[in-house]
Amino acid sequence: MSVLVFAIFALAACGGALAVVLSQNVVRMAFWLIISLSSVAGLFFLLNADFVGATQLLIYVGGTVVLLIFGVMLTAQGPYVNLKTNPAEVVMSLAIGGVVFAMLVAAFSGVNWSANSERLTAEFGTATLQTPGYNQQGEGSTVRRIGGALSGLRTESLRDGRTIERPGYLLPFEIVSVHLLVVLVGASYLARAKRRSGGSEPGAGPTA
Amino acid sequence: MDSVGLNHYLFVGAVLFVCGIVCMATKRNAIGVLMGVELVLNGANINFVALSRYTPLGLDGQVSSMFVIVLAAAEAAVALAIALNFYNNHLSIDVDRADDLRG
Repeated sequence: MSVLVFAIFALAACGGALAVVLSQNVVRMAFWLIISLSSVAGLFFLLNADFVGATQLLIYVGGTVVLLIFGVMLTAQGPYVNLKTNPAEVVMSLAIGGVVFAMLVAAFSGVNWSANSERLTAEFGTATLQTPGYNQQGEGSTVRRIGGALSGLRTESLRDGRTIERPGYLLPFEIVSVHLLVVLVGASYLARAKRRSGGSEPGAGPTA
Repeated sequence: MDSVGLNHYLFVGAVLFVCGIVCMATKRNAIGVLMGVELVLNGANINFVALSRYTPLGLDGQVSSMFVIVLAAAEAAVALAIALNFYNNHLSIDVDRADDLRG
């Protein structure tokens, strides 16, 4: 059952990504991007990462893609201006992509992941987790633990049954919060409505 | 394929990553390049979450993937603002025409 669900989501994710690459229309690209990102959210749910999957749906599919579609609408090209790529460039980038893909597959399929886990266990002794991962199906929701980790309290269950607390991600959380605020202020400053000046007049830059 | 393992998820992540790279390299539309960036970040996210599930690293992978999601949203906002500005100035979204800084 889980294999079937994984196959459906994985095929939809990969097929959507391929269709994004292959389609020429920008709106269709946005549609296939929605398909691909939603399937990735499904894969996250399948990996028992419920909060990350929900975040993916909310932020990516609900926010970023809508933003992209607004970008498509606001930058409408003239009637059927076709931005074709040079075929030589397409062939070269496909070749590079194939080489990178082969390298990636060769890299991760050559690793023995369970041996790595055992080596981590041997190296850190009892300071490793009781089970591979965090016992997702036993605990169900990860929201509480992610919330604790983001507010600076990260608990881990050790191999011998104890739980210890470790410093969490409070500082990165604050940094990313301020970063998001600054980025949004800057984006709204950059994209504010301006009178369109004809041609390449130097006063039309963002600092004008 | 009897059960889904780590390598299958890594394969999906690699496919998304390579699709994003090819998308960034071939599209001449700036919005298309942005979509390629989103695909690359999603491939990385799949790797994060899958490694957090199948290795003893615990919840850290999921937290990292959430930071990636937030930074991707910020990046999309800024890049779209830049694209709108470029369109306002050049009346085109073709990235090949963005060569004003060429010496």
